[in-house]
Amino acid sequence: MTVDLMPMLPEIFLLTAACVVLLIDVFSKDFDRQLTYRLAQLSLLVTGIMVIAQFPDLQYHLYQRHFILDPMAGMVKISVIALTMVAMIFARPYILQRPILRGEYFILHLFAVLGMMVLAGGGSLLTLYLGLELLSLSLYALVAMHRHSTLSSEAAVKYFVMGAIASGFLLYGMSMVYGITGKIHITDIALYLEANEASLTLRFGLVFMVVAMAFKFGAVPFQMWVPDVYHGAPTSVTAFIASAPKIAAFALLIRILGYGFEQILIDWQSMLIIIATLSMVVGNIVALAQDNIKRLLAYSAIAHVGYFLLGIIAGNGAGYSAAFFYIIAYAIMSLGGFGCLIYLAKGKQEVSLISEFKGLGQRSPWGGLLISILFLSMAGLPPFVGFWAKLEVIRAVLDVGLVWLAILAAVMSIVGLFYYLKVVKTIFFDQPENESKVKAERGLRLALGISGIAVVALGLFPAQLLEACRQAFQYL
Amino acid sequence: MLEQLPILSFLIWIPVIGGLVIMFGPGDRLLSISQRVGILLGIITLLLSCWLTWAFATNTADMQFVEASRWIPSLNIRYELAIDGISLPLIVLTSLIGLLVLISATASIKKRQSQYFAAVLMMTGLMNGVFAAQDAILFYVFWEAMLIPMFLLIGIWGGPNRIYATVKFFLFTFFGSIFMLVALIYMGREADSFAISDLQKLPLSLTEQKWIFLAFLLAFAVKIPMFPVHTWLPDAHVEAPTGGSVILAAIMLKMGGYGFLRFSLPVTPDAVAEYAYWLILFSLIAIVYIGLVALAQKDMKKLIAYSSIAHMGFVTLGTFIIVYLTAMQAQSMALQGAMVQMISHGLVSGALFFSIGVLYDRMHSRDIADYGGVVNSMPVFASLLMLFILANAGLPGTSGFVGEFFVIIASFQADWRIAMVAGLTLILAAAYSLWVYKRVIFGKTANEAVARLDDVTKRERLVLFTLAILIIALGVYPQPLIEIMQPSLEKIIESATLSKIGGIG
Repeated sequence: MTVDLMPMLPEIFLLTAACVVLLIDVFSKDFDRQLTYRLAQLSLLVTGIMVIAQFPDLQYHLYQRHFILDPMAGMVKISVIALTMVAMIFARPYILQRPILRGEYFILHLFAVLGMMVLAGGGSLLTLYLGLELLSLSLYALVAMHRHSTLSSEAAVKYFVMGAIASGFLLYGMSMVYGITGKIHITDIALYLEANEASLTLRFGLVFMVVAMAFKFGAVPFQMWVPDVYHGAPTSVTAFIASAPKIAAFALLIRILGYGFEQILIDWQSMLIIIATLSMVVGNIVALAQDNIKRLLAYSAIAHVGYFLLGIIAGNGAGYSAAFFYIIAYAIMSLGGFGCLIYLAKGKQEVSLISEFKGLGQRSPWGGLLISILFLSMAGLPPFVGFWAKLEVIRAVLDVGLVWLAILAAVMSIVGLFYYLKVVKTIFFDQPENESKVKAERGLRLALGISGIAVVALGLFPAQLLEACRQAFQYL
Repeated sequence: MLEQLPILSFLIWIPVIGGLVIMFGPGDRLLSISQRVGILLGIITLLLSCWLTWAFATNTADMQFVEASRWIPSLNIRYELAIDGISLPLIVLTSLIGLLVLISATASIKKRQSQYFAAVLMMTGLMNGVFAAQDAILFYVFWEAMLIPMFLLIGIWGGPNRIYATVKFFLFTFFGSIFMLVALIYMGREADSFAISDLQKLPLSLTEQKWIFLAFLLAFAVKIPMFPVHTWLPDAHVEAPTGGSVILAAIMLKMGGYGFLRFSLPVTPDAVAEYAYWLILFSLIAIVYIGLVALAQKDMKKLIAYSSIAHMGFVTLGTFIIVYLTAMQAQSMALQGAMVQMISHGLVSGALFFSIGVLYDRMHSRDIADYGGVVNSMPVFASLLMLFILANAGLPGTSGFVGEFFVIIASFQADWRIAMVAGLTLILAAAYSLWVYKRVIFGKTANEAVARLDDVTKRERLVLFTLAILIIALGVYPQPLIEIMQPSLEKIIESATLSKIGGIG
């Protein structure tokens, strides 16, 4: 029996490339790790081209149905690769000046991307878990990169312990599901649920899996690790964690809840409603009190997870595509937002307090403008992409008649606007404390420019992306 | 040939893109180029809007100069621009005021002038967009996007307490409009289209209408502003630079009134009938109570700000009184009054804020107590201000009279008590307007600084005389304006008096 490996070519290529780059890095005498960086970017680029070249027009279940190739997987892979490439551009100048300049930094990114690609195409609980673990382990190592910093080490330990517990929950839930249904494939579970009544134990397993996923997303009440990890990790790592993995986690959520457990939507919907409500409320309100910019962004991330879940709660194709659009938009904004912090970091000095943004509008007009655009977009103001994301999720919950949830989202976005405005205010209205200009590398400016332009361009012309998100769920 | 051009798109995008070009092109380094380009763009915009008026057909209520193209097909959101008799006067007003603000800014703004130009131009374009948009989401995009330049305008060039004022302004307006967004999405789903004309036709139950109406009310009442959500306005006005105050008073407040006419009345007629009582009550409170508050002000800008709120009370009164009227003629008179009041208030309050700016540029004080006897050193200015003050008080022969007169007459046919309370404004407005005039302009020369004041410069003269001529022209001969609006207003009355519950559904 011959097996056609072509559908998995991007993953296989990336795996090979990552191993080769790892070897080259070991023997390379390049002190700046320039070679490793370039090779890593090149492998991602080639992988991306492969994914685009074989972009599926239908849904294929391959390799004993452990692997799904469909438009959603394609979209997730493309966006993950693109975001990671931008994240690496951000990271390059940042790690050059810090004791985390190691070839592994980039190679771990490659493995994380591989994990996310496996996750996106996971057709069974096993593949999903495999992808998730590959992603998580790479991320733990990345957070711990700065090993002489106590803050970083603390963050890494927290992240690891919390993440491990969450993985344990997920696995426990999966084993229960497997025990009841005897099925490991998503599609089989869905068929089982169509034919049989869901037993209490099965629902119990579902609860464990939802909890684990809420952990991974950092949704309230499982959000405790988010601010500490975002704060403690090197900023370039935070930028990465806050962007691409969110999209991959979305794929996990959709594959399990949307494809597998759609029959008992009513069960997980009510859980998600509680989680989303709490996330929006707690994230936004606690963010008001932050004066550390990384923690502020961390709480705002929690709040955004709440909004994003609104689309999932709707539990239909339109809702999922709204959530997909939201999470892509958010990943771009959040990558840009943390990228700005890298941009502002002077030498080894980190930006930590909002007050360090004072007078940025005068010191560096372009930088100030870009940051403001990103923040106003996160607040959901038109004509930026964040507006369409909000519009989509609000429409999704209105579709299923949850008017109160839409109104709550609206109220909470007013609260959100307040702290985003606080940052914009600091940038433009406060007098600068020093006149030092912000000097930044060309690569950094390029990456920031890309995210800024993406936010504005997708804000003015969101039609294509919205359509693509819709296409991704036509085989649901 | 001109008919084929997308004039409305030009009216929006020429100033917006021009503003961006000024900010990132010549900037402050080549200030004289920035100034010239900015004013040229302002003139082009004004000329385009004049051409629009000239080519406008006054005998139909249909939308004119329609531009429609796909924007977001998956959500049925379209890029659709068109104008009718309500939008046109507001667009002309916007373009005119925008240009005047630019002209006056060349002298009075000292720091980062090119960015100021850019902000004003972008606002002009976006406000034109608000009045021209025929797709609800497009409307919302313009409505919100306009907050950003205004936020910066107050925050960068404003007075000492500007940050508090601008954040309050932003949050208040955003608070209002986010609920409107939810309502718009809700209706867009039901109608499967976001075109405003489709939303107006959409049958809705009374409960739905009530909620949607309240959502709209929050947005428009904050903007216009109605008592009791008016508190952001005095703060924003006092701290804003002259140009910011002028744009706020002359145009942004009108967006609220425009919203009532375009959305509230036709989309939720039954809810309007249900709540009209309260709205009229709040309008009367605004007219009387805010009028009294204005009387007590020590700060000139605050005084004019409060008087704006009182005047906008007439707009809301005229809009909602139609529920209690039966004759078509009286109803259309009420709405005419509301519209004329909006345009007139745009000119008068703009002129008043410009005048305060003239004084402030020389004395750096807005306190009434710092002035006195200005007439001795600034006779031309004093006579111009006299005209504006009298127009503010509603003197016959000025534009201020026409709108108030129409609204009072119309409300008299509904209930004489409403008319009587509204009529109190004639006393109150005269009292606070004339009293402040007396304290600032007449009397003994208050101090050395006042004695050394120079009269208006050529530039200021250009701005103030333009407004003075228009105020008198509109006061003496408002007929052309009314003719433009009449068919569109009748159409609104038709849909506002037709119940959506029994009739269509």
